[in-house]
Amino acid sequence: MTITDAKPIVSTRWALDDGHTLDRYLTTGGYEGLRAALRRPPGQVVEEVKAASLLGRGGAGFPAGVKWGFCPPGVFPRYLVVNGDESEPGTYKDRILMERDPHQLIEGVLIACYAVGLAQAFLYVRGEMALAQERIATALNEAYAAGYIGRNILGSDFSVDVVLHWGAGAYIVGEETALIESLEGSRGMPRLKPPYFPAAIGLYGQPTIVNNVETLSNLPWILSNGGAAFGALGAETSRGTRLFAVSGHVKKPGVFEVEFGVTTFRDLIESQLYGGGIRGGKDLKAFIPGGASAPWFYEEHLDLPLEAGAVGKAGSMLGSGAVVVMDSDTDVVKACHRLVRFFSRESCGKCTPCREGTGWLEKILRRIIEGQGRPSDLAMLLDVSDNISPGIAWPPRQTTICPLGPSAVSPIASALLRFREEFEAYVGGALESSVEVRGAAYGPKRVEVAAT
Amino acid sequence: MARFTSGNDVIAREIIDRYPVAKSAVIPLCHLAQEQDGHLADDALVQIGELVGITPAEVLGTASFYEMLKREPCGRYLVNVCTSISCHLMGGDELLHHAEQRLGVRAGATTADGLFTLEEYECQAACTEAPALQVNYRYFHNVTPADFDTLVDDLAAGRLADTIPPHGTLARIRQRIPSDRAAGAASPIGGAQPGWLTDSPALTDDGSNP
Ligand SMILES: Cc1cc2nc3c(=O)[nH]c(=O)nc-3n(C[C@H](O)[C@H](O)[C@H](O)COP(=O)(O)O)c2cc1C
Ligand code: SF4
Ligand code: FES
Repeated sequence: MTITDAKPIVSTRWALDDGHTLDRYLTTGGYEGLRAALRRPPGQVVEEVKAASLLGRGGAGFPAGVKWGFCPPGVFPRYLVVNGDESEPGTYKDRILMERDPHQLIEGVLIACYAVGLAQAFLYVRGEMALAQERIATALNEAYAAGYIGRNILGSDFSVDVVLHWGAGAYIVGEETALIESLEGSRGMPRLKPPYFPAAIGLYGQPTIVNNVETLSNLPWILSNGGAAFGALGAETSRGTRLFAVSGHVKKPGVFEVEFGVTTFRDLIESQLYGGGIRGGKDLKAFIPGGASAPWFYEEHLDLPLEAGAVGKAGSMLGSGAVVVMDSDTDVVKACHRLVRFFSRESCGKCTPCREGTGWLEKILRRIIEGQGRPSDLAMLLDVSDNISPGIAWPPRQTTICPLGPSAVSPIASALLRFREEFEAYVGGALESSVEVRGAAYGPKRVEVAAT
Repeated sequence: MARFTSGNDVIAREIIDRYPVAKSAVIPLCHLAQEQDGHLADDALVQIGELVGITPAEVLGTASFYEMLKREPCGRYLVNVCTSISCHLMGGDELLHHAEQRLGVRAGATTADGLFTLEEYECQAACTEAPALQVNYRYFHNVTPADFDTLVDDLAAGRLADTIPPHGTLARIRQRIPSDRAAGAASPIGGAQPGWLTDSPALTDDGSNP
């Protein structure tokens, strides 16, 4: 076990009944990070965040400080869009941050705006989260009245409005260019990158930083305690702490803040501090390490550290910090269908491989579950997957505008190639396919991964 | 019905003013219309278009993309049962089945008394509290079939009216930007480098403005 006694950074107020109020926020160190930032030139604040090596917590894991540096010089205004659209199955952390500690997020927003010279911020909250919207609205109103937001913040020359915006139900809007389309009042369909990298051409065609709620919620601590202190936690490329939602067949499902990079999946799933082990004395069958898009892991991966590099090498990702645990009784064909159904429902329809491919994958799986499947269906699942993402590799190759299409391939390749006999039992025949599958986590049990 | 009341008209203009480009207000205004009427009526599409300077067809083009925006009236209580992966593993399908039995409608339909609309829903970001459901986007965690029955009884008897407003009302607290504190919407056209983006700090060590 490698559980460390690192103090929590973003979840410190979760246990408080009134952690969302300005009064409590101020008596627990609130807005000190903003003051620390304003006492430095903006450029130094960017350097502090770079020193922290803060990776984006929205799924792609891109370093925040580096992203901030991508705004082309001399092009203004620049905007901030906060991604609070959390909807990837298994993912549950941004909602808690918004409901229980909205001021921490707002403070992070203000620090980012000051550092990068962002003229206006939009806090895009998922439509279905009524309480988060109420808590953020209240917090914004309090913070305006107290002089933390708006004109001449804390009496300085720094002025910025933070606007609460909310969605209306569409997972794809979480993709950053779709988020921008949606914020512009259009259908949330992703834009092609290049040229539409938000930092270059974003909201209203202007340079735009898109950051996740958890990413920004780390900034007050980093400014109060220093980027070096943050960077001292964790290992390799994964620094600081991170929120993981452990759900499914564990005794104590929950959202836990753990030290990044050193804690292992075994700790998260088995330790009494976290998941508490598989419920009902069953064995582990599989787990999803980073949200519905991630290739599955198995018992031989349990000792991998929660570190982006190691997890990527083993063929999956930490993604959105969602660990979904399946015990030995799980019907993986049904679990696979449930994941694929999500992508087929949420495909925006802009690209053919995704629109058609995810739809057919879902229909074939449904037919198999309903007892109408044929042996050739199993090969067809791989064939369609190979069309959506040629080579079924990890990281996936993309024939589509955004990564949603290839995401549907992960559960298919994971479930079908590891538990092929369960699929074969459904259809009464063998999987015969010549499709080459390259992803490192796909296929029968491999012993070597555990040796790390 | 369906044009904004004069009170909502004021709110609508306040919302629009916050954005650098008026069209950005389309989704918030659709929510406002749903709050008023329970769904998005034809007149609302027309009026929202007038307010932000686009055609009603463009408003519909946006609105029809989003699951929460309803073109038809739905029940007073919209019950969304999650059957995404974590809830599926923890009994979400059985809960949905029970809900169909109890309400006497299939997922997607509204009860004859107009009180409940039942939907099978994707992940609601409550995965560690599975199975989860929402009523008018208010959460209920770790719901058993017995819990579901109690919930339906309470809703039907009006016992939860304080915590769960009728369908259409999302946040009951609005953001209000006081005019003396507003920095103002940042127009995308002709923007200059912000005044604070210099080589010196915005505050001195004693907290004053240098
Ligand atoms: C289909 C899809 C859905 C996404 N959903 C979310 C989401 O709900 N929340 C989020 O923060 N990022 C989401 N992302 C990632 C964003 O595109 C983007 O990388 C992220 O918001 C950047 O913030 P970060 O650098 O702080 O992580 C999604 C990406 C894709 C492709
Ligand atoms: S990959 Fe799918 S969701 Fe993404 S842009 Fe293409 S059709 Fe839309
Ligand atoms: S899977 Fe049901 S809330 Fe996430």
